[in-house]
Amino acid sequence: MTASRREFLQQSAAAAAAVGLASSLARPVAAQPHVFQGDPSHKELVLRAIDAAKSAGAEYADARISSARSQNIGTREKRVTNIGDNETFGFGVRVLVRGAWGFAASSNLTADEVTRVARQAVAQARANAAAMVKPVELAPVHHPPVPNGVWRSPIRIDPFAVAIEEKVAYLLEANAAALAAGARFVNSQMFFLRDEKTFANTLGTVTQQTIYRAQPGMTVTMVSPDNRDFQTRQSTDIQPKGLGYEHVLDADLKRHAARWSEEAKQKLTAKPVEVGRYDLILHPTHLWLTIHEAIAHPTELDRAYGFEANYAGTSYLAPPEDKLGKFRMGPSFMNVLADRSAPGSLSACGWDDEGVQPEDFYIVKDGMFVDYQTTREQAMWLDWWYKQQGKPTRSHGCSYAQTWADVQFQRMPNVNLMPGEKDLVWEDLIAATENGIAIIGDGSFSIDQQRYNAQFGGQLFYEVKNGKITGMLKDVAYQIRTPEFWNALDMIGGKRSYELGGAFGDGKGQPAQSNAVSHGCPPTRHKQVNVINTGRTA
Amino acid sequence: MAPKSLYAIAPHLSRAECEAIAKKVLSFSAADECRVSINSGMRQNTRFAVNQISTAGDDYNAAVTVRSVIGKRVANVTTNRLDDASLKAAVANAERIARLAPEDPELLPELGPQQYQEAINWSDATASLEPEARAEAVRAITDPARRAGLISTGYLEANAGSFAVANNKGMFAYSRSTSSAFTTTVRTQDGTGSGWAGASDNDFRRIDPKLLAERAIEKARTSANPAAIEPGRYTVILEPTAVANLVQLISGAVNARSADEGRSFFSKAGGGNKIGEKVVDERVTLVSDPLDPRVPAGTFGGDGFPNQKVIWIENGVVKNLAYDRFWAQRTGKAPVSAGGTLAMSGGTSSMDEMIASTERGILVTRFWYIRGVDPRTILFTGLTRDGTFLIENGKVTRPIKNLRYNESPIFMLNNLMMMGRPERVSASESGGPGQAIIVPPLKCRDFNFTSTSDAI
Repeated sequence: MTASRREFLQQSAAAAAAVGLASSLARPVAAQPHVFQGDPSHKELVLRAIDAAKSAGAEYADARISSARSQNIGTREKRVTNIGDNETFGFGVRVLVRGAWGFAASSNLTADEVTRVARQAVAQARANAAAMVKPVELAPVHHPPVPNGVWRSPIRIDPFAVAIEEKVAYLLEANAAALAAGARFVNSQMFFLRDEKTFANTLGTVTQQTIYRAQPGMTVTMVSPDNRDFQTRQSTDIQPKGLGYEHVLDADLKRHAARWSEEAKQKLTAKPVEVGRYDLILHPTHLWLTIHEAIAHPTELDRAYGFEANYAGTSYLAPPEDKLGKFRMGPSFMNVLADRSAPGSLSACGWDDEGVQPEDFYIVKDGMFVDYQTTREQAMWLDWWYKQQGKPTRSHGCSYAQTWADVQFQRMPNVNLMPGEKDLVWEDLIAATENGIAIIGDGSFSIDQQRYNAQFGGQLFYEVKNGKITGMLKDVAYQIRTPEFWNALDMIGGKRSYELGGAFGDGKGQPAQSNAVSHGCPPTRHKQVNVINTGRTA
Repeated sequence: MAPKSLYAIAPHLSRAECEAIAKKVLSFSAADECRVSINSGMRQNTRFAVNQISTAGDDYNAAVTVRSVIGKRVANVTTNRLDDASLKAAVANAERIARLAPEDPELLPELGPQQYQEAINWSDATASLEPEARAEAVRAITDPARRAGLISTGYLEANAGSFAVANNKGMFAYSRSTSSAFTTTVRTQDGTGSGWAGASDNDFRRIDPKLLAERAIEKARTSANPAAIEPGRYTVILEPTAVANLVQLISGAVNARSADEGRSFFSKAGGGNKIGEKVVDERVTLVSDPLDPRVPAGTFGGDGFPNQKVIWIENGVVKNLAYDRFWAQRTGKAPVSAGGTLAMSGGTSSMDEMIASTERGILVTRFWYIRGVDPRTILFTGLTRDGTFLIENGKVTRPIKNLRYNESPIFMLNNLMMMGRPERVSASESGGPGQAIIVPPLKCRDFNFTSTSDAI
């Protein structure tokens, strides 16, 4: 699922065009020979933490120090509404004692505090072990310990080295372009993150990684002359990326602002949709969110085993023994590949938050459901399946914690719908459709706790008749039952039409944590999907 | 300033410590105006799944935000490194960025000293809920669930912390607060039934884990093997949690500026806002009062402005919208700042009476994955979850499959039939404490369900 209703889409403004297929499908070696730029003393402190945990009785321990810097700049019309620079710094220690987890964290990074917190985590694990029924077992790691791992997001321009006045000017010029095109209101913003993470575990792995994220975005609002209607256009053509300031420059909000204003204006007079069944043509800037909710979440293994039942929910892809290798997700040309390696993607890293180098793996192969997302703890639950497949039982590298203060657990990697073999693009899908609706950009979204019933809106809706766009529609939402929806997939774009979408606000866990994830996909067509009209009068 | 002991009262910065930090930061400042905000505290949590504890965590953090104003230029810098060098660097960074920012035409001067009422949202019991006590509370649910052959999953969170704000105009405010929530979902072994129960309170002692276990177990059993019914417009009886899931959405729409700008439900056709207009049934009153002992809040906001008791809707009529200091000055109104809690009026009907008076309707435990569809009408979509039942001829007759709705709390409160006694509930989707809210159970007509779901 994605984060809270008020936060998610506000954040999901950002940046697509930059990373096209060629770069996002290339799979470079995950670990790159970079020099860690953070504090070298952190390595000593993480080692001290795991030593303290071992001395206190931990069978396994890992420790993470994170120094995260973020920056937010917000504007509306001609005014800067917020400039904020934020750093958060601290460490967390996770331990396993008699098969039970304990976790403690603190922002006070001193040698004494590191020891105290490690002992606190052990004490907590002992308290938790009292009611233990089934002890935790960890799958072996498929690679030798990495004593000196270094990885950095592939950025060209460090956003924190770019002057504030340049960023402010960029946004205000983009706003001016929107206002010149007739926008009644315009908000724009940019957000940057640099997270320097030092990690060690009792297996001997020590890694230092620097993760970057960037998200520029804009929302244009139009109000009808009689004040009875208002419509917005969010800049969903621009998706968030695991990149630096070059992503902001490539996004070029100013260049798009007039078009977004014009589209928001058109929405005021667009034709209300007639309810019914339509063939839907879904643009990658829209489809990534449907993939996120209806493929990526139900294939999280902890959900399938009931561990998230109290919040994010369980999964229609359960129990695993009834679904793996048996459940047909979609047509034979449907392939879903997970990765944490695509350059510029939000999930990319060298090692996950328990020291495992992630691997690319198929979740859906030739239309068949074949695997779940896993951590070391969870891979053991599928031991039987991997043996049956002649594969080793090992984590796919999906462990993640949002900050130093949060315990790591299974979070989704980039989960991508792979392009088809035919060289089809968006226009080809429209040209092939008799009676349909083409949807661009993500909008409203909601899905049930087992991921069966979902409803999605969008930014722009176009009526398609006899292979042509004949006008704009409004108040459109489609409702699906997930298994039928993917089996109704009958056309898919080729490599040229593949794009990365994504979000920072992927919510799961208690306490709820936000994950940042990308989803690559081409445009698709789905036959005869139920469309409702959401417009009401107050 | 670091946590001093493992347990006892969870660590947080005291008034004296906050005063000392504020004084120090202000002494470093060369800006025309400087504001310091200090947040500190401990989040203590325990999760359980499949009838045993899965993870737990205790984390302490303290952070300082420096807001520097130079002329009419503003910037904010936050750090959680509280040594002198780091605080100096934060102040210098805020001043450096402020100098580079454009002038803010909406800038208002910092507040001088203010009078605050004493907040009532702290509980020692919540602040000292150590892992053993949390594990014991969890066992009050997992043990009976296991004995009943059911699978329990859930989450307990208890937070304790302090917040202080000070500036170079002599304003200083400090308060500490606690919050807690405990929720559980109990499912049948065969996965055909699921029941939820939850509670939230500033004082954890007012949450009864045994009662939560009983309710969730009962719902899990009675919800098993649901039948599908046709979507459409139904009379609904909403338990207080379900009511809060929707009514709290109104809090997100009461901004006066958005209304005046024509981009809100509270915008008036032709211009202006709906203050003075009747928008819901006359039995409905919605109030935020930081000193309501049932749903207390802090008594000041982020800029040090005192929170007040605010009546948003009284007898169905819009009385107030939220005005920040700038928009209040621009429109000639007083600033309205409330503290973020919500209390709704109630009635005297019991759940039994609501059910007995219903020929055909649906009983809803709670809603989930609630997301905005159309801000013009505060229209949201989402689904029922963990206990949805059909009512026929005055009786609950069978469990039914979950349903998706597309509905607005405004329409719902216009279609009001009966109201019960208000109860404080846990209405956040994530199971955290969320907004403190007290609402009654309701019976409403014509609730708009648009599709069914196979999810249990």
